[in-house]
Amino acid sequence: MNGKSPPRRSGLLTQLGDFFDDRTGWRAAVHEALYERVPGGARWRYVWGSTLVFAFLTQVITGLFLWASYSASGQTAWESVWYIQHEMAGGWLLRGIHHFMAQAMVVLLALHLLQVVIDGAYRAPREVNFWLGLVLMMLVLGMALTGYLLPWDQKGYWATRVATNLAGLVPLVGPAVQQLVVGGPDYGHHTLTRFFALHAGFLPATLVLFLVVHLVLFRKHGLCARQPITKPDAMFWPDQVLKDAVAMLAVMAVVLGVILVPAVRTMLAGGTVVPGELGAELGAPADPSQPYAAARPEWYFLFLFQFLKVFEGWGATGEFLGAIVVPGLIMGVMFMMPIVGRWQLGHRFNIAFTLGLLAGIGLLTGLALNEDYYALWADRQQLAEAEKIFDETQGDEAKVLAAVGGDKPRAAVIVGQFAKVEKLRRSESFLAAVKMARADAERAVELAGRPERIPPGGALELVRHDPKAQGPRLFAQHCGSCHTHLDPAQPGVEALLAKSSAANLHGFGTAVWMKGLLDPEQVAGPAYFGNTAHKDGDMVGFVQGDLQDHDTWKPADIEAVIAALAAESGLGDPETPAAVVAQGRTLVASDERCGACHRFGENGTDLGTACDLTGWGSREWLVGIITDPTHERFYGDLNDRMPSFGKAAEGSMPMLKDDQIGLLADWLRGQWYRPAAAHR
Amino acid sequence: MTQSARPEHPAASESRRGFFAKVAAVACGGLATLAPVAAGLWTFLDPLRRKGAAATFLPVTELSAVPDDGVPRQFAVVAERIDAWTGFAREPIGAVYLRREKGSTEVEALSATCPHAGCFIELEGNARGFRCPCHNSQFSLDGGILEPSPSPRVMDSLECRVGPKGEVAVKWENFYSGIAGKVARS
Repeated sequence: MNGKSPPRRSGLLTQLGDFFDDRTGWRAAVHEALYERVPGGARWRYVWGSTLVFAFLTQVITGLFLWASYSASGQTAWESVWYIQHEMAGGWLLRGIHHFMAQAMVVLLALHLLQVVIDGAYRAPREVNFWLGLVLMMLVLGMALTGYLLPWDQKGYWATRVATNLAGLVPLVGPAVQQLVVGGPDYGHHTLTRFFALHAGFLPATLVLFLVVHLVLFRKHGLCARQPITKPDAMFWPDQVLKDAVAMLAVMAVVLGVILVPAVRTMLAGGTVVPGELGAELGAPADPSQPYAAARPEWYFLFLFQFLKVFEGWGATGEFLGAIVVPGLIMGVMFMMPIVGRWQLGHRFNIAFTLGLLAGIGLLTGLALNEDYYALWADRQQLAEAEKIFDETQGDEAKVLAAVGGDKPRAAVIVGQFAKVEKLRRSESFLAAVKMARADAERAVELAGRPERIPPGGALELVRHDPKAQGPRLFAQHCGSCHTHLDPAQPGVEALLAKSSAANLHGFGTAVWMKGLLDPEQVAGPAYFGNTAHKDGDMVGFVQGDLQDHDTWKPADIEAVIAALAAESGLGDPETPAAVVAQGRTLVASDERCGACHRFGENGTDLGTACDLTGWGSREWLVGIITDPTHERFYGDLNDRMPSFGKAAEGSMPMLKDDQIGLLADWLRGQWYRPAAAHR
Repeated sequence: MTQSARPEHPAASESRRGFFAKVAAVACGGLATLAPVAAGLWTFLDPLRRKGAAATFLPVTELSAVPDDGVPRQFAVVAERIDAWTGFAREPIGAVYLRREKGSTEVEALSATCPHAGCFIELEGNARGFRCPCHNSQFSLDGGILEPSPSPRVMDSLECRVGPKGEVAVKWENFYSGIAGKVARS
């Protein structure tokens, strides 16, 4: 186009266009941009670069909008992401697109690289552009890595700890680099502000810079046409642009599909779609004090995670080799490709190397997935015997021969299966950890959604003070080696109860629990006193003796006592008639009945012979017994083996802090926040 | 690009095909880009759905803390507050001026927010009137305009109740600034 167009009849739009064209020359620029010759015509194989630009554009758009609602700090990152995901209209879709387009970008990168290498598009004069492409690839991977942390949830937090610790392994500068990236010696506010600045500032700005040069050089050299050219040339616009646009739409359709398919499934199953549950996952808030066995990097870094296992046993040297030296060497080979590719054999080597690399990545990813999810497809039937013997011998191969009765060939088979059993067990604990992580995440979201919202201290505070989240952990850690907490209605409970050495506390404080205690069949069983020193105690004797004298203890009396004690705990059935409870209270207090041994209210029975039943099973009562079971209100000198969790020996700390004991008591009593049904 | 690089004299069918390709390319590209833009705007416009807390009476102080000398005193308004994801327990959310005439048990309440541009109005040191430090809006002790004053209206009065035990409660409301009318923000 030249500046002076012939006079023509023109509308307002054209005149306006002319006005700006005269002053900017935009028509020529657009023409320049669109009318690029495509030797041999438009092809689908040329779309990858354009889809990558499109994916990046999508990330910029969604990223800017996310930025408008995100807050990078230890007390607000998870919280603001929760708010975007669960409270803001369309936030789930915005986050979903950003999250899954990032993953699509990694796939598109691999395809683009593969196409460039196979077509030999790195050869002269395009070497520099190939190198720029590799830099762009690293920048994209860097953005993926930094973005993973920003929600400040458990998985992002632990994955980042691993990644930054690996960076610390680089000789000489490693520790300094690590401390700079982390923003100090510990992970916190400045880790987030720095990762956010990297993710949304430094890295994309650098990427744009490199991308511009990459595109300028691409236009300078023209498209590297697939040889031999058999078809006539075509124009970039509209032939290639159409193919590019269709590919972009397909990429977006896949991303939207990943987000929306679960919603369609839910709808088809007749369920209600909760928008906040669609799209990108949000784990429980980052907690450096909680183990997180479900920690895995995002799937496209899983191969590196698996690759590090190759160097297991080599210590820090192995990790340095696996995480830095080998990937560095691979990048080095890739940077050399344009030089090596000058020779026909070199070009073939490059193709083989790239395919081999992708195959290796695929294999490692597959291995990683197989290790983690092995339990889902392992043939348990076939491993049943090996599992049993593995448990009996605790994996000690020397003991296997005896365990199978001296049958040498069978012992060899069993020992041969031990590796699979171990793999199965590791996979099972991983899957359990994933399940627990999901439950924790759901609970955190549930707590954040309370009408009172999140306290200024952040969501972690909520989770840490939540009996439902903390109770099972504290119980497993401090109570679970003796006590069980198992619903007796569940199948297979007996075997687990038999292994315990103290009462099953499931439903403690309820009428059901008390009914079991007063059942002569159960009182000396493993769910109550069966595996304790009280097995032959007065209570067992009473339940199996006096209580069976139905002239004194009419069934209605027993029911009344149960109702009265459940009322003491506050967990009784509110429908129980007050008269029944009152009758029960009288029986419990009576010095001819329970009151003969137990203190109840003002009945005057001395403490120290049996538990005080005043407020039995209430929060205060439970806190008391956990704090100090040797107190005269509880077991006194008759205490079996239960430690005084809240009482410190001189000069030391108690095993549990008061608030932890409170959490345990609340959890045992089932007292925790439940969302109103209408809220969901 | 040079002119000669373009294909020469495309046939009519070719140009129809070209037109279709152009429309299809723009449609596909536009549709693909629409998704992130739409999702972004959808989320970005979320604040428009949100309503401020409804105007409610909030306890401010005791009657005995407001001397009956006609001079306004500044009091903090304390309330629970929810800011996006954070729920704050009771904390100061704003301020009011309370004054009482000699011998009266009725309390007048004036919002400390300037009706001109929303700055915080200050009581002048000599207690003769109010002055907004931003643009020098001036008001008398009962909130009336003292010329010259850029404020378009008198200070915003707030409903005030004195309970049987002398507890003073103010109906906490915000009004649009910069206009002559006193219009509550909801």
